[in-house]
Amino acid sequence: MGIVANPYKTTGFMGWIDDRFPATKMWRDHLSEYYAPKNFNFWYYFGSLALLVLVNQLVTGIVLTMHYKPGAETAFDSVEYIMRDVEWGWLIRYMHSTGASAFFIVVFLHMYRGLLYGSYQKPRELIWIFGSLIFLVLMAEAFCGYVLPWGNMSYWGAQVIINLFGTIPVIGPDMVVWIQGDYSPADATLNRLFSLHVIALPFVLVGLVLAHIIALHEVGSNNPDGVEIKKYKDANGIPLDGIPFHPYYTVKDIVGVVVFLMIFCALIFWAPDGGGYFLEKPNFIPASNISTPEHITPAWYFGSFYAILRATPPLFGSALPGVIAMFGAVLVIFFVPWLDRSPVKSIRYRGPYYKIALALFTLAFIALSYYGMQPPSDFGTLISRIGMAVYFAFFLLMPIYTKLDSYKTVPERVTHEAH
Amino acid sequence: MSTESAISGVNPNVDTSRRRFLTLAASGMGVIGGAAVVWPILASLRPSAKAQAAGAPIAIDLAVIEPGQKFTTTWRGKAIWVVRRTPEMVASLTKVTGELVDPDSASSKQPEYTQNAARAIKPDISVLIANCTHLGCIPTYRPDHPAPDVAANWEGGFYCPCHGSKFDLAGRVYKGSPAPVNLSIPPYRFASDSQIVVGEDPSAA
Repeated sequence: MGIVANPYKTTGFMGWIDDRFPATKMWRDHLSEYYAPKNFNFWYYFGSLALLVLVNQLVTGIVLTMHYKPGAETAFDSVEYIMRDVEWGWLIRYMHSTGASAFFIVVFLHMYRGLLYGSYQKPRELIWIFGSLIFLVLMAEAFCGYVLPWGNMSYWGAQVIINLFGTIPVIGPDMVVWIQGDYSPADATLNRLFSLHVIALPFVLVGLVLAHIIALHEVGSNNPDGVEIKKYKDANGIPLDGIPFHPYYTVKDIVGVVVFLMIFCALIFWAPDGGGYFLEKPNFIPASNISTPEHITPAWYFGSFYAILRATPPLFGSALPGVIAMFGAVLVIFFVPWLDRSPVKSIRYRGPYYKIALALFTLAFIALSYYGMQPPSDFGTLISRIGMAVYFAFFLLMPIYTKLDSYKTVPERVTHEAH
Repeated sequence: MSTESAISGVNPNVDTSRRRFLTLAASGMGVIGGAAVVWPILASLRPSAKAQAAGAPIAIDLAVIEPGQKFTTTWRGKAIWVVRRTPEMVASLTKVTGELVDPDSASSKQPEYTQNAARAIKPDISVLIANCTHLGCIPTYRPDHPAPDVAANWEGGFYCPCHGSKFDLAGRVYKGSPAPVNLSIPPYRFASDSQIVVGEDPSAA
């Protein structure tokens, strides 16, 4: 026993641990005595799935790093070496490359859940901010990883994205040279993106994920009704509408994992290039600084932001407005907790304005994602401009339409029928 | 020190101004030391001596370039075009002036000695940096005309496959393109009638 006995009354080995490290406390706080609302639905699978994909990316990434050789001369060949000569290398690489797309699918749905049920509203603003930061870091991580095979799309993708910084007035062009470590994307560029991809950004990402979960467990989960379950507790201080995360939601999430893995494995084995959307065809050609792929398109998950970049007209001979609009489209997400003036959280009790706005936003996001991947055309630009207007209107007009909207009465307790 | 003050943790004889000075001095040195470490880390990301050496000027032999032909090479990792323009191609430049964003290259990047009607030292030899001024893609050479798939009244020029920017045969951008300014021109000089040096100004001869 320690100087002061641990309060969990554990004995033996666990007692020895608990006297020195809060193992039982952490298990209880985050799993066996973390009370989550009992009315979670389909939309609540994607948080745990995001964690699963993160683990997949870390494990496959560690193995890939053992075989991959960064460097303009070696990168492309070492990826082909992984694909052809390393035992099961093709599977590990496809798990990683498909995992990147799966990450974005899961995270987009996870964020959309937040918009549906007002999960960002007081007191969960910080959870949303940590989540938005995770999204931002994830985009940087995906971009760096996309460059690593040093295929022709990697090279030109890097060229386009790094040149975004060149639009910054005065310091832009020097900044591009500094970022690249050369006068064009080169060996130095590839190596620093590799460093960011395998060390810096994963560290930040995992740290932010921990902060996201700690903040969530501090205030408790929201739910599809958007009512606070901590309002009604039993004699032991346990929320009446709460159930322990473990075993109830761990078991439920396993069902989600099984369904997810069925789809994930089908993609890995039958369509690992995702029809050219997960792995683009020009990326099977080595990087060349004198031949551009016919259409430079970003990975599908950047389509919407890329469409915004392309659709913004230049101003005073500078492409800066497009770059500002693109980064603004990510930045505006951070402010949602303060843009939304709704007295209720869940869409179930919101009026028609928000429902119409969210529906239009959904269509705009899909249209932008689609046209961001298409070759430039007048029609595509027109649609992108409309989509962009809707995208920003959804966020920036939110204080107005959520204030004018009509609302239904929110029930005192969650609506849930046992089945 | 009495037993009482040791337990209560209060020492009546503390010189607080001395403590404040030591705290400030220590944290001040910490900030200066931190900044001194950050500089080498940030500076290490700049082009290395090797990369800077690879950016030296290059000579291009013009004899191998036929009239109307585009020759591509690289300088500082950027693709450089040299086009030997035919008299018709030079004549086409004045026809399209009305459709251009910056026909006089006022806000575009080029050496002073090429800011003229043909954007060249000698009108028949055009030297351009091949990266589109929008986001750095390499446009396709389209000297053919008419070319309805590019534009209705196409006089020949460059078409960027990435985002659809259009340029004339002097690299001047057409209105309605996402590219904001004309293609850039690198510094170059004629070493002789049949050789140019890219990366050096004429005065450096």
